[in-house]
Amino acid sequence: MDAHATTADPLASTHHGAPRGLARWLTTTNHKDIGTLYLWFAAVMFLVGGLMAMLIRVELFEPGLQVVQPGLFNQLTTMHGLIMIFGVIMPAFTGFANWQVPLMIGAPDMAFPRMNNWSFWLLPVAGALLIGSLFLPGGAVAGGWTMYPPLYLQGGISYDLTIFAIHIMGASSIMGAINIATTILNMRAPGMTLMKMPLFVWTWLITAYLLIAVMPVLAGAVTMLLTDRNFGTHFFDAAGGGDPVMFQHIFWFFGHPEVYILILPAFGIISSVIPTFARKPLFGYASMVYATASIAILSFIVWGHHMFTVGMPAAAQLFFMYATLLIAVPTGVKVFNWVATMWRGSMTFETAMLFAVAFVCLFTIGGFSGLVLAMAPVDIQLQDTYYVVAHFHYVLVTGALFSIYAGIYYWLPKWTGHMVDETLGRWHFWLSAISVNVLFFPMHFLGLAGMPRRIPDYALQFADFNRIASLGGFVFGASQILLLWVILKCIRGGRRAEAKAWEGAEGLEWTVPSPAPYHTFAQPPEVK
Amino acid sequence: MSTHTGGYYLPAASHWPVVGSFALLCAALGATLLIHDLSGGGWLLALGAAALLVMLVGWFGNVIRENQGGLYDARVDRSFRWGMSWFIFSEVMFFAAFFGALFYARVIAVPDLAGGEQVALLWPGYVGGWPTAGPGLEAAFTPMAAWGLPAINTLLLLSSGVTVTWAHWGLKRGRRGQLLLGLALTVALGVAFLGLQAYEYRHAYVDLGLTLGAGVYGATFFLLTGFHGLHVSIGALMLMVILGRALAGHFKPDNHFAFEAVSWYWHFVDVVWLLLFVFVYWL
Repeated sequence: MDAHATTADPLASTHHGAPRGLARWLTTTNHKDIGTLYLWFAAVMFLVGGLMAMLIRVELFEPGLQVVQPGLFNQLTTMHGLIMIFGVIMPAFTGFANWQVPLMIGAPDMAFPRMNNWSFWLLPVAGALLIGSLFLPGGAVAGGWTMYPPLYLQGGISYDLTIFAIHIMGASSIMGAINIATTILNMRAPGMTLMKMPLFVWTWLITAYLLIAVMPVLAGAVTMLLTDRNFGTHFFDAAGGGDPVMFQHIFWFFGHPEVYILILPAFGIISSVIPTFARKPLFGYASMVYATASIAILSFIVWGHHMFTVGMPAAAQLFFMYATLLIAVPTGVKVFNWVATMWRGSMTFETAMLFAVAFVCLFTIGGFSGLVLAMAPVDIQLQDTYYVVAHFHYVLVTGALFSIYAGIYYWLPKWTGHMVDETLGRWHFWLSAISVNVLFFPMHFLGLAGMPRRIPDYALQFADFNRIASLGGFVFGASQILLLWVILKCIRGGRRAEAKAWEGAEGLEWTVPSPAPYHTFAQPPEVK
Repeated sequence: MSTHTGGYYLPAASHWPVVGSFALLCAALGATLLIHDLSGGGWLLALGAAALLVMLVGWFGNVIRENQGGLYDARVDRSFRWGMSWFIFSEVMFFAAFFGALFYARVIAVPDLAGGEQVALLWPGYVGGWPTAGPGLEAAFTPMAAWGLPAINTLLLLSSGVTVTWAHWGLKRGRRGQLLLGLALTVALGVAFLGLQAYEYRHAYVDLGLTLGAGVYGATFFLLTGFHGLHVSIGALMLMVILGRALAGHFKPDNHFAFEAVSWYWHFVDVVWLLLFVFVYWL
């Protein structure tokens, strides 16, 4: 099939004299270009963070010290966490927002196109500072991605570089969030009322609010680390009247809303994919909106559940425990609505739908282990064991990452103008879905048996499950190469995608041609 | 070369953002080298700061020219309003982190150190209270008294809030003289505040023994007042730019969001100061 004869060159509609080549990408103000940059940045960081994970699993393949020394092992776990959170999941979701939000609300572009460019181009700077610190004397940060003092106060030059990297990354996130929030609030097409917006747009509006509220708090926290390290302050030093636990409070005041920043856009993607392939409108749209908002509000009052073992009054433990358990209610509403959307739907299982259904099942497992950990007496047993590692990998890998996969398979036709190779996609899905459970499910057992996290060596009784997890990890890691292949193949060619690439798809993004022209909705559409 | 799409102005490709990224890369590397006494740090930091300045002048210059060229419609104006509101909200949360640290130290950390088994086993004889440099430091210092310079500074900033509003009234009623005088007075009050603040810092270091290292009191005192002072400096610079633009006749009674954005920011800085005066200096 000749794909190129009929494919409009996405650059054909750019202005005369617009920069080409590298300069185009460095100076672009186009939301689609910038979305593409975000997504490729996330892909590159995913490779880097993924290779670190592979090294971790190689070391844990058997007890004893094999390939990496403990110091490097700690650097790998720390960097893996920082890169996957700030370099992969967040940029990937921002990439989706850049591509999809203007298309979904009928806007000509983002509200602040130049600032949009800066939001992206700060990320490679932050990434370079962070990853470059691996090669400095003393190596990269090794105190865990949570950066707790006093450990964090004792490191070398890379610790200061990491603080600045977080400042810059935070500035990028705040500007990106301001841009997205303003776009959603001010750039909607006539008739696109708030309660008609696609749920992906709603979840991103609430995510943007969370980002603007908590990224500055993280900036404040790491600034205090910086001054404690270098300028003689005593925020986190009891000798000066400070308290290392205070850092944990400030950090997790950022950190818990942050975990919803990492999952709310996932809810939005899943809420787009499932109705399309169930060929039914989303069940309980309004309740989805209110559930998302409730989760966001609750996220500000549950941070203490990350700190049950540091010492806090029983009343505070009870408060944080009950507040955390309360989050199960709006989350349950969401899972119920997704299932109800599929109920008696005319379902087909394209790769996007497979990942979405897997998300609903596997994210729910992560949610349930979260409920287990929310209970203070249980958490005191499980704190800092592999049970916690299993929990947050279920919500972040089979949750956030699988939603990103679902979104990629779902919107690639719109971005490239070609349908995805479903056979390869299915291979990617089944290999990933099976291996990821082989990788992470045994970690529950390891944690319940008492294996601590962030340790390169372990007692003999943990050997079997670790070996199984490592094998699953290698297969999972290798399977992701398939995804890269699928994406490249889809960019280069394939069956032509219609404007409405999926039979059951609804929404403004499916009214523009595939691939979406460089500029869309120059004249705002009328939404009824 | 820009696109006009349904009225909403979309800027063409711009090199200012990457200049800004380059600036922050240099500044971060330079600051790190400087902290660790490595060569080249100061120069790199200066280069970063200079590049950032060039970027800000160039970028805002673009925006001002586009605005003066009539390219912005009402919807663009609303975007700027939303954007500035969200930005100020993010600034509020930045200060919230440091106020949180102050309240945590005063209400939880210090009383905890001075009570129960901590005082018996770790810090015998520590009585806590506020202000404190903590149980383990030799630092003796005198806290900053509220009803001296800080009270005068409160008066200065509150007056500047009045003058900027007076200038705004002048602008809305087309009274150019009132606008210019009000803005000039606001700038003068802001600069006077900064001068007194610098004098207070010198007084703290030289006479009172109150330094960054003076325990959690010194840390919260200097970080809170320091970041506030930084924001006053930025606000004063913004006011100067606005004054220059007012002199150039850029603002119209019904179209002057740049002025309003700066005055929002100035009022925000004002409110932060009131909280500082109450919780850092006074109580």
